[in-house]
Amino acid sequence: MTQNKPNIQSYIKIENNEIVLNGTSAFKTEPTDFADFAKQAYRNFEMQYPKFFKMDALSKLAFLGSELLLSPITSTEDENNIALVLANKSSSLDTDVKYQESISDKENYFPSPAVFVYTLPNICLGEISIRHQLKSENSFFIFDAFNGEFLSNYSNILLNTNKADLVLCGWTEFFNDNYKAFLCIISAAENENYKNENINTLYHK
Amino acid sequence: MEALKEELKNKIITTLNLEDIAVEDIADNDPLFGDGLGLDSIDALELIVILDKDYGIKLVDPKEGKSIFQSIETMASYISANRTK
Repeated sequence: MTQNKPNIQSYIKIENNEIVLNGTSAFKTEPTDFADFAKQAYRNFEMQYPKFFKMDALSKLAFLGSELLLSPITSTEDENNIALVLANKSSSLDTDVKYQESISDKENYFPSPAVFVYTLPNICLGEISIRHQLKSENSFFIFDAFNGEFLSNYSNILLNTNKADLVLCGWTEFFNDNYKAFLCIISAAENENYKNENINTLYHK
Repeated sequence: MEALKEELKNKIITTLNLEDIAVEDIADNDPLFGDGLGLDSIDALELIVILDKDYGIKLVDPKEGKSIFQSIETMASYISANRTK
């Protein structure tokens, strides 16, 4: 597949208890687990969205990243045609395992509906769409490893075929409290700040 | 009955991850859905699980939930009258 260079407008990375927005550290905590880190980040950015606390870890990770990228550019009055293209390695396995554990004892069989609803990775796309009122294209892919070339090409196809005005794409991986998110906004127009960058170079920075 | 209401408030806050709500914030007659606590349809299913798991009450007809889950008051009354554990 030939890489079609994406026009990156902004990007965010979340890993190791830190959020880096456009190359600058925006939030950092002392070493802690993801649940605590996510709660502190939510409070720090005053996100005002109580449903956040009902989400599973993968959705919280995707939500935190998308919130900081989308909030400055989405409008509450106009329709935002921003496609969502995310990928990861572990799908929703972290929640799948928790759910499986909750139903493994036949003597204590009380499956939780609130956990069950997160046993699909693309639920995090729904959470982002609900938050920002997006009725746009969205897809979630599973790869063995980060695949910047695929994300670039897929995003550019959506832009070039007028399926979207902007694309939020990236990697949201979570399993056993190990996590990494890399999200970026891609547009048809070039941004001088990132004209020498592509998704792979920013992901590995 | 007062102890049961307190217990229910704690269970609801913990089970439904109502992070920004304290027991004192929930009045006995506050609506649990809509303008009250703002619970949603998945929360309603979790309340049905609480009835089953903690009080031994199996709701055969989910439509019953509408009246049972109106408030902490109605929940506590129903549980008191029907609990098996």
